[in-house]
Amino acid sequence: MNRIQQLFADKQEDILNIYFTAGYPNLEDTEPTILALAEAGVDLIEVGMPYSDPLADGPTIQESGTAAIRNGMTLDKLFDQIASARQHTEIPLVMMGYFNQVMQYGEERFFRKVKEVGVDGLILPDLPVYEFEQFYRDQIESLGLSVSFLITPQTSEERIRQIDKLSKGFIYMVSNSSITGAKKEITQAQLDYFNRINAMQLDNPRLIGFGISSHETFRTACKYANGAIIGSAFIKALRDGKDVHTATIEFVGKIRKSEVGSRK
Amino acid sequence: MIGIDEKGYYGEFGGAYIPEMLHPNVEELRKAYVGIWEDEAFQKEFRELLRDYVGRPTPLYYASRLSAKYNANIYLKREDLCHTGAHKVNNTIGQILLAKRLNKKYIIAETGAGQHGVATATVCALMGMPCIVYMGEIDIERQAPNVARMRMLGAEVRPAKSGSRTLKDATNEAIRHWINHPQDTHYIIGSVVGPHPYPDMVARFQSVISEEMMWQLQEKTGKPDPDIAIACVGGGSNAAGTYYHYLNKEHVRLIAVEAAGHGVNSGESAATSVLGTRGIIHGSRTLLMQTPDGQIVEPYSISAGLDYPGIGPMHAHLIASGRAEAVSVTDDEAMQWTYYLSRMEGIIPALETSHAFAALDHIEYKPGDVIVINLSGRGDKDLNTFITHYDKYND
Ligand SMILES: Cc1ncc(COP(=O)(O)O)c(C=O)c1O
Repeated sequence: MNRIQQLFADKQEDILNIYFTAGYPNLEDTEPTILALAEAGVDLIEVGMPYSDPLADGPTIQESGTAAIRNGMTLDKLFDQIASARQHTEIPLVMMGYFNQVMQYGEERFFRKVKEVGVDGLILPDLPVYEFEQFYRDQIESLGLSVSFLITPQTSEERIRQIDKLSKGFIYMVSNSSITGAKKEITQAQLDYFNRINAMQLDNPRLIGFGISSHETFRTACKYANGAIIGSAFIKALRDGKDVHTATIEFVGKIRKSEVGSRK
Repeated sequence: MIGIDEKGYYGEFGGAYIPEMLHPNVEELRKAYVGIWEDEAFQKEFRELLRDYVGRPTPLYYASRLSAKYNANIYLKREDLCHTGAHKVNNTIGQILLAKRLNKKYIIAETGAGQHGVATATVCALMGMPCIVYMGEIDIERQAPNVARMRMLGAEVRPAKSGSRTLKDATNEAIRHWINHPQDTHYIIGSVVGPHPYPDMVARFQSVISEEMMWQLQEKTGKPDPDIAIACVGGGSNAAGTYYHYLNKEHVRLIAVEAAGHGVNSGESAATSVLGTRGIIHGSRTLLMQTPDGQIVEPYSISAGLDYPGIGPMHAHLIASGRAEAVSVTDDEAMQWTYYLSRMEGIIPALETSHAFAALDHIEYKPGDVIVINLSGRGDKDLNTFITHYDKYND
C-alpha cells in the first residue's frame, strides 16, 4: 500500500486535499508549503508542476505557473525539493502536471523519479485512458503509484466504470464542466450529479474538485463524497498572504473551522 | 499507406491528449464527422457553397515568366482568389455546416494573423450564428485590419491575455472556452492541428485543393500528377489540402515550407520540423518547439500565420517518415519573393505564401518538371508590413 491507499484505508470522510503550484510565489517555497500544509492537518497534497500551456486551468493557476517558471522552476529542481520535504513528513503526495512534461523528461525515467523522491500518485489530466492502458499502466502500477483520473457530469457511466477499474487511489470528480477556479456556489444540478455517482457504488474513493473554495463548499463536498480538493482559492491565499506558513495555517483553519485540531 | 488509424494517429503522431472535460465534445465530433462528410446532402450543400460563395474551383494558372526563369513548368493553385482571400474558408464552410448538423448554437475560433478569424466570422454571418474569436493581445495590435474585418462581420474578438499572448495562447483560450461551454458550442479550429478528429476533418475539408488540381493538371498537361507539390506550413492546412490526393502517390514529391524567421539557428525561428521535438500541443502528439523541460516556446516569423510552435500530426509523420521534404525559408527570402512575384506575375501573395515560392531556390528538380505551388492567400492583409519594408526590397 502506498500512502494514498493507506490514507483512504484509515479515513473515509472529510478528506482535505490541497493543490498548490510548485515554486510559487517564490522558487524555494515548495518545501515550506508542503510542510506547512502537513502541519495544518490536510490529508493529501497535490504538487502542481508549473506548465506553459495548462489547458484545464483557469487564470489563477495559469498565472501561478507562469510566475513559477519565471522563478526558474524545473522538474529536476522540483524533484529535489520534494525529496527534501519528504525527509520531514509522511503526508501522501500527488504530482499534477501535463503529459508533455512527462514526455520530455522521458516517461519511464519520470515515473521512476517520482517514486524515488517519495511521491505516491499522479494526476495527468491530458493523458488519455487509452494511452495509459496501452503504454504506461504496467510500469506505473509496478512502481506502486496511484494514478487519479478525472470524471465530469458529462462522463458516461460506462466510462466511469472503466476509470474506476483503472484507478488505484482515488477518483477526481470535477464538480462541473469547467476549467479550474470557476463558480462559487454548488447548484442543484451538481448535487444530482454527486448523488448519481454515489449511487454507482464505485470501488475507489472520490474527491470533489474545481470550484471548492470555502468552508461551506468544502462541507457540501464532504457530504457527497469522501472529501474535496482545493486549488485556486489556496493559491490566492498564498499570493495575498504574509508568508507561506501563516497563510497556509490560516487558510486551512478557515476551511476546516470547528474540525481543526479536533481530529489531531 | 499514409492515412489516419482508428485512434487518430498518423504513424506515431496524433491522438487526442485532452482533459476529461473535453472528452464529450471531442467524442461527439469523432463519432459524427465521417458520417456527415460522406452524407450526400452534406456534400451537395458543401460543394454548392464552395462554388457559389467561395468561388471554386480556383484557377490553376501556368506561370509562364516564372517557368521560363526557373526552367520548369510552374503552376499556381490560386487559393488567394477564394472569398476572404485565402484557403482558410474551405475549412470554415465545412465546419459551420457540420456544426449546424450537430445542432450547435454558438461558434468559437482562434486566430493568429486573423485570416482564419475572418473566414470564421464570414461563415457565421452567412449562417446567422454568433461568433467569438480568440486572438492574442499582441496579434490584435499587429493585425488591426483583420480585427476590423471580423468586427464588421459581427464577430466578437476576445483578447487572449495568458502566456505569450499570441496564436498558441488564443488556441488555449478557445479550448478553455469550449470546456466551459460543452453542450451548445462548436469550436472551429483553423488548421490540421488539435486533438483527433480535427486534423483529419480539416484535411478533408481542404482536400478540395488537390482534388481540383488533379483534373486541372490532366487538362493542362495530360497527367493528373505533378512532379512536385509545394506548400507553406504553419499548422499545415493548406499543405494538407495540396498533398491530400497525392499522399500515396510516391512519385509526387511533397515539399513542406516552414518559416525560418531570422534563420533556423538564430533563436528567432518557427522551423518546427528542424527545431521541434516530440511532444504534445493542443491535444496532439506531434513535433513542437519546447525547452528541455517541456515548456512550449514562442516561435518567431515575420508572417503571423506561420509562427505556430507545433505542426499538424500529418506533417510530423510525413516529414519524420521521409515522405515529405521540409525546407526552411527566412523572413528575408520571403520578403524578396513577395516583391519578385508581384513584379513577375502581377500577384501580390500573402507573406505565408511567399515562403512557399522561396522553396524554388532550395530544392533540386529536373528541367521541365511540373511543379505546383499552392498560392494559399493574397497579400492585402500584409500591406503594412510590405510598405514598412518597401525601400529595402524595392530595387
Ligand atoms: C495565406 C495563408 N497561408 C498559410 C497559412 C498557414 O496556415 P496553414 O499551415 O494551416 O495553411 C495562413 C494562416 O494564417 C494563411 O493566412
